[in-house]
Amino acid sequence: MAIISNAVTIADAGSFSVGLGDLVHIKTLTASSSANLTFVDGASSVILDDTYPIYKFEFIDLHAATDNKDLLVKFRDGSTAYDATCTTTMWSSRTKESDDDAAIGYEASQDEAQSTGGVKLSVGMGTGNDECTSGEMWLFSPSSTTYAKQFLSHFPTLHHAEYLYNWYKSGYVNVTAAVDAVQFVMTSGNIDAGKIKLYGLKDS
Amino acid sequence: MAVISNTTTIIDAGAISPATAGSMNLIKSITASSSATITFTHGDSGVIFDDTYDVYVFKFINLHPASANIDFHFQVDTGTNTNFNQPIVSAAGVGYHNEADNASGFTYGTDMSQVGTAFQGLLDNASPTGNDSNGGGSLTFYSPSSDTFVKLFAAKMFGQGHGDYFAAYNTSGYVNTATALTKVRFKYASGNIDSGEIKLYGVKG
Repeated sequence: MAIISNAVTIADAGSFSVGLGDLVHIKTLTASSSANLTFVDGASSVILDDTYPIYKFEFIDLHAATDNKDLLVKFRDGSTAYDATCTTTMWSSRTKESDDDAAIGYEASQDEAQSTGGVKLSVGMGTGNDECTSGEMWLFSPSSTTYAKQFLSHFPTLHHAEYLYNWYKSGYVNVTAAVDAVQFVMTSGNIDAGKIKLYGLKDS
Repeated sequence: MAVISNTTTIIDAGAISPATAGSMNLIKSITASSSATITFTHGDSGVIFDDTYDVYVFKFINLHPASANIDFHFQVDTGTNTNFNQPIVSAAGVGYHNEADNASGFTYGTDMSQVGTAFQGLLDNASPTGNDSNGGGSLTFYSPSSDTFVKLFAAKMFGQGHGDYFAAYNTSGYVNTATALTKVRFKYASGNIDSGEIKLYGVKG
């Protein structure tokens, strides 16, 4: 039985057809030896435009196929290339499993200055059977044609050298064209397994 | 009256079924009242903490300790175990600033980081017991029911420390087990949780 109000289907087939609450799930992509996971506005039910002012990506148990590689995010700004220019900062805290090293600091070799090659979100991922990375990335007003696009992320990561690393990145896509697609990729090798979920946060 | 669509109950007893509700769903709220501990156990009193959701978020609101300058912390356990001594690897960054405006900084949170089985710190030496002092924040667990991977967690907490400091804590780590977690316990290192709320949400999609 469907519930229809004012010609709008509210619920059908055992679930609500309209988004309830202000955090709205848009799309889940599941990696299976995937070269990349890409969210393109207007494709496969993905929304990444001015429908929402804020978008959130959730990363759940990402497992890399190749040891000691980095998870990157790349933004598309009107062409077919994922090469929008980005400037970022990155800091980390870390603890080694052997408990003989720990530190916090700015990661000068992991930030980007006007880079078109992608932004490092999680660095040096391990590939042990139980090793993974999870986290979140917020993207603010990607469809703005006035401002640069701000983003921030946090990834606790099992590092290949038997560390816990907490990677904190913030930055901006330095373009005024709308960002209409976001791609996640390893520096080399596949994303072996894991899920990335895209949510929109309503403002009204 | 229940509303059932395609054999799925989507509304019943005055509420939308959690399985069909919004993307961030309140599972359980527990209010402290001179409580020694607060524990969320899957299957107990309406608590869900399994593979129903991939992501779980605890929110801490106006936590107030009964004793001054005590750490607020958590541990987890698996199956029916109640020892709350799972192995944890964690690291923390702490930013602080005092009301007198003569001390501030950002540092590795040694007291909030561990390789061991102790309760994991969320608030260090917080909070004083002044009537208006409190701590709060959030703690996220990723896929706690996984039987493949370790369990990653990430916390963003804040509180008023002793000596009239404000401190912000970014603490993350992993529970170093591939066994599903079934329960999470919160407490102060000594003394009761005088008051405050802890809310558990599931994030679906």
